[in-house]
Amino acid sequence: MSVLINVPTPLRTITKDRTVEVDGSTLAECINNLEEKFNGIKKRLINDEGEINKFINFYINGDDVRHSKGLETEIEPGSSIDIVPAMAGG
Amino acid sequence: MKVNCLICKICKYEYEVSPKYVCEMCFGPLEVKYNWEYIRKNISIEKISKGPKSIWRYIDLLPLESDYEIDLQSGFTPLVRAKNLGEYLGLDNLWIKNDSLNPTFSFKDRVVSIASNKAKEFGLTTLACASTGNLAGSVAAHGAKGGLETVVFIPKNLEKEKIISAGVYNPKIVTIDGTYDDVNRICTILAEEKEGWAFANINMRPFYSEGSKTLGYEIVEQLGWEAPDNIICPGGSGSLFTKVWKGISEFEKLGFIKNTNTKMHIAQAEGCSPIINAIDNNSDFIEPVIPETIAKSIAIGNPADGLNSVNLVNKTNGTGTSVSENEIIQGIRLLAETEGIFTETAGGVVIASLIKLSRQNKLPSDEKTVCLITGNGLKTPDVVSNIKTFDIDSKSSNLDEILSKV
Repeated sequence: MSVLINVPTPLRTITKDRTVEVDGSTLAECINNLEEKFNGIKKRLINDEGEINKFINFYINGDDVRHSKGLETEIEPGSSIDIVPAMAGG
Repeated sequence: MKVNCLICKICKYEYEVSPKYVCEMCFGPLEVKYNWEYIRKNISIEKISKGPKSIWRYIDLLPLESDYEIDLQSGFTPLVRAKNLGEYLGLDNLWIKNDSLNPTFSFKDRVVSIASNKAKEFGLTTLACASTGNLAGSVAAHGAKGGLETVVFIPKNLEKEKIISAGVYNPKIVTIDGTYDDVNRICTILAEEKEGWAFANINMRPFYSEGSKTLGYEIVEQLGWEAPDNIICPGGSGSLFTKVWKGISEFEKLGFIKNTNTKMHIAQAEGCSPIINAIDNNSDFIEPVIPETIAKSIAIGNPADGLNSVNLVNKTNGTGTSVSENEIIQGIRLLAETEGIFTETAGGVVIASLIKLSRQNKLPSDEKTVCLITGNGLKTPDVVSNIKTFDIDSKSSNLDEILSKV
């Protein structure tokens, strides 16, 4: 069982589909696997310093990874990752 | 045309005017880019002064291209001189902008007036929102008035008064068993999937947020075309805070006022103060928190305009203050007992912050200070529900006893 990523509209020009399956035991590994499948997507998510783009929120099974270990947050197989634009709400 | 396009605040990429809020290049927020040449030709103080006693007197500065259809007559709420509260705090020039008197009893009527009318302009048929309560009420009322299908998403543990004051207009109410930030995540995902849906504070956000400028416009107009020295504003997402100032600076840009030096002060509850934390730590990023406060209407742990708010405080030499739960309740009571205004917990946060700032001598007593009271106390009555009463038995004819109670 892989990990399912829900892809936001701005990235569907790259992935075509709105969900993508990846493998990895941390968020960082899943993003690297995503980059292997869709070359060029990683730089939209991670900046040059290796940090998450500040306008994006990553959720693993509904939990914001910044409340956990960020890119090093562990992921179980069968989990969902939401990539959600941060500029909304309130 | 008043609006040229949407523009990314970060990378400046431009987009056609549409229900879009996020840049496809860098994920930055999109904003409305106005055609100022066109606006200048059509606007004047005289024209504004003759306009309706609502936000629509400022229609020339709002992002609608056609005449508004949905009108609950929001805005143009009283700006009252708070003489008693001022005296209590040693402030000679204190004012309360009372947005609790809007049609659905919060400032959200301003922003939803824009979002709902723009939704109609786009031909969208369902009006929706992610809400901490006040927005749901306003969206439900505007949806009803405008004949739009309405769906509101709220945290399950919202105050029942807020659920009632949205539910009475008969929207579909969807609850999420979590915080506002959980509601926001789910709605942001839904906003990408539901065609024909206008999420007021998500895909309509660039237009929606412009409605808050009208608070800034009104304060200036009601002070006699003068900007105040200080504004104290509650901080939820930070959108209101930044747009109030935008309103003031647009009036300066148009030459209606000059040499403004308004200091912007933001107020949050200690139980949810990610913006204050960033200000105190001199930080250039917002560390999200998990909210825990009675000030539920501003319980946003991951504020979309948090960084913009921090920058605005620094730019205007303002301050950021956080207050305790008890201080919030004392703030509600003090405003009611001195000025006869009953505000909800977000207003309590503002008054508690006012008290702190005045005790720290950060508000010179002769400076014009305006407090934004954004919501009505009847939305959060439980926090002040321990009311003392003197009780007389209905059958009593013992005069001494009756007199003793009075």
